[in-house]
Formats: sequence, structure tokens, C-alpha cells
Amino acid sequence: MALRVQLTDQQSAAREEYEAFAREHVAPKAGAWDRDEELPEDFFTTIGAAGYLGAAVPATYGGGSLDAICFGLLNEEIGRACSSVRSLLTVHGMASRAVARWGSAAQREHWLPRLATGAAIGAFALTEPGAGSDVKGLATEARRTADGFVLDGAKRWITFGRRADVYLLFARLDGRETAFLVERTSPGLQVTPVPGILGTRASMLAELELRACQVPAEALLGRPGFGLSAVAADALELGRYSVAWGCVGLSQACLDSSLDYAGEREQFGVPLRDHQLVQRMLADMATGTSAARLLCQQAGWLRDAADPQAVHATWLAKYYSSTTAFRSATDAVQVHGAHGCGAEYPVQRYLRDAKVMEIIEGSTELQQTTIAHTAYHSRRAAAFRPAADRRATGPAERTMTV
Amino acid sequence: MADTKQTIRDFLAQFFGDHQLADDEDIFATGFVNSLFVMQLVLFVENEFSMTIADEDLEMANFRTVSAIEALVARKHTTVVS
Repeated sequence: MALRVQLTDQQSAAREEYEAFAREHVAPKAGAWDRDEELPEDFFTTIGAAGYLGAAVPATYGGGSLDAICFGLLNEEIGRACSSVRSLLTVHGMASRAVARWGSAAQREHWLPRLATGAAIGAFALTEPGAGSDVKGLATEARRTADGFVLDGAKRWITFGRRADVYLLFARLDGRETAFLVERTSPGLQVTPVPGILGTRASMLAELELRACQVPAEALLGRPGFGLSAVAADALELGRYSVAWGCVGLSQACLDSSLDYAGEREQFGVPLRDHQLVQRMLADMATGTSAARLLCQQAGWLRDAADPQAVHATWLAKYYSSTTAFRSATDAVQVHGAHGCGAEYPVQRYLRDAKVMEIIEGSTELQQTTIAHTAYHSRRAAAFRPAADRRATGPAERTMTV
Repeated sequence: MADTKQTIRDFLAQFFGDHQLADDEDIFATGFVNSLFVMQLVLFVENEFSMTIADEDLEMANFRTVSAIEALVARKHTTVVS
């Protein structure tokens, strides 16, 4: 049982429910899904029926309307079992969040009830062959037509691109960065699976080719020119928050597996747990996981308060959680020795998944430069006390959604 | 509305250091803000002035200067009241 502080009774109960779901429906199959490089169709039905795909959808549209802490706990418990399924929560949540936040009434009415149940799976299509960390390199072009838009370009490394029904896709319209909701069935859209990925192998990556891809006028999401600075930035914040919590779960899984193994495996006449150099690795995993969890909770409380500091706090959380998860995973493999490299134990999957966490939703290097830059802002911001600080509300009393 | 402007200036000061931002100075042309700024600014306006920035408010003209943000806040408050 991990050390936990400041959860409400409702949040604690929710966490137990997420853990039970992950233990029954995710963890036993995660290794097979990793080998198969896909999630089976019946799992989408199972997780949809549990209501978890509606985590970022407002309750008025049939979603779970989770507060930020519960959303985080869901990502932690799912991430503890399978980072590919957690990736589904991430990208589906990002698409859902964008529609809920920036969509027209008609777009919300059409998409949110479907996204809430998993009747439609959403994905986030920003990365291109020439635009990774440098998203300003966005080159996909959109042109207006008499009854909508025509899109030309290519997207790479689109998580759940193979399975998604609708893509939150970014293109330049009249040179301005603009978001679109592109249905998978759009004429001119070709989806090609990307096999052989290092980690999160069941996240069903795809490339998208858009050749004179036709979308209707109502595919436009938000204002032209705000595609990156508002729509993508806001969705990526949720994505970063989701990945950060998922890494807490991943690091916890490394610790859980290592504690089990080090307790059973004997070398030199005693269990591994009695060897001090193994204890160092277990201690670092336990401490790092707990610290990462606290940084995630800090970000969650600030998100629930809609505090502008949530942005910086989420970067801290993602940077620390992802690097901690990778360190925990490499130590977990080390604790397991040769068994850690084999297929019998899950830690080799954890290591491959953890490496991916240091790259997605802002690479470690982007996190470092942004955090250093923002640290100067934070020092100056001490003179400005935001509204959240002035209110006498504790974290347990905040109920806004993610 | 003097208080509104001062609150906006106080928030923006963290991004501008010693630079004295004029009320009609283009925030985005100063080179002080990064790609996360728009989102932080939207969060600030929503949180501080208890309003929701909707899709139709997302015009650069509404966020370009201290005066423009103040006008947006005033307009949205008037809309809510009416």
C-alpha cells in the first residue's frame, strides 16, 4: 500500500475502484497486449462500459466529469498495470477535453456523448515528419472549399491512430495554426499502422496521410490561429498531467515487482532484500515514487483551483515522474537480473514503456529548458498572489473537473 | 476599472521582470512570453474575474494589451448581467 495523503473519502474510494478494475481487466493481459502490439476490441468495450473513457467529458454529456485528483488516480492505477491503456486514456482524454473546452454547441452535442462511452475513440494528431518538439514546424495545409476544408499533409506517431474514430488534428489555414476534428472515414485520409515501437507497444500507433482530405465546415474546432496556442496547448497540458500520473503508477509497478522478487529470490544464502546494494535500489524506487505522486497531487490541486500556476506545476510533475519511472524501471530490471530481461517478468516492459515517457508530451530536454525559464517567472510571481491562494479552500473542497 | 487593470498588470509583471508594460503595449510583440503564456493568461482571466473564456472570445485582439483584456472583462461582465 503506497503512502497517500490528503485524499477525500470519495477520492480514496474511487482509487480503490480503479485499482480493482486494473487488477482484473488490465494487468493480467498487459504482457500479451504488448506482444500483440494492440488492444483487443473487447477491451475498448470493457473500459467504455466502466465509464473511464468519459473521465474528461462533462457529466452533462454523459461523462465522468472527474476532478483532477480522481483523473490522476485513474491514470496512476491504469498506468501501474499497462502504459498502453494509460496512453488511451491520455489521447482520448485530450480529444475529449478539446471538444468540451473549445467546441461549438453542435460539436459538443455530437461528439461528447460518443466520446464519453467509447462509441467514438479520439486521438491527438499534431506530430509531423518535420514537426516534433518544434510544433511551429507544422506543415499540414488546410484550404477552404465551398462546403468545408481540404487538408493536405502527413502525421506521424499518432497514438491509437490505428483505432481512433476521430482525430484532433492540426493544420495551417491561411497560414494560421488551426484545429480540426477529422473523422477517420474522411475521403482522402489514409491510416497506416506503425509496428515495432520500443515501448507502449499496444498503443496502436499510426501514420496519417492526408491527400486532398475533405472535411465539412463543422470540422473546424476553435478559432483559426489558436490551434496551437490554445487548443493544442490546453490538450497537451492534460496529456502531460495524465502521463505524469501514469508514470507514478509505472514507478509503483517497478517497486511492487522488485519488492516481490527481492523477497523471494535468494543469493549468497539470503534473500536479495537483505543485500544492501539492492536495498539502495528499493529505497530510491520507494522515495522517487512517493515524491512524484506528491508533485502530481500538487499539480492536481492547482488544476482543480484553475490556478495559472497549474501549468508550471504540471511540467514539474511530468519531468520528475517520467525520469523517476525510467530510473525505477532500470533499477527494477537490475534487481531481477537475467529474469528482468526475460519475458516471464513484466519489468522489461516497464523499462521500454518508461523510456517512451521521457519523450512524449514534451521531451525531458524541453521540460528542463521550460522549467528553468519558468522558474524565473515563478520568483517574480511571488509578488502576485493568485485568487486561489487568497481563497481559504483546502484541496479536499475543490470540485472542478479536469 | 482601475482595479481590473492593476490586477492584470500584477499578473503580467511576473513575465516581464523589470520591463514596464504600457497599457497599450502589444504583449505578444515584446518577446517576453513563451508558448505556454496564452493558456496561463486564459486561466488567469477565467479564475481572477470568475468568467469563462469561450471559443468566440479567442481573438488575439482581446488579449493583445492590458487595455484589451480589461475591455474583454468589462464586456463579458456586462453580458452576464444583461
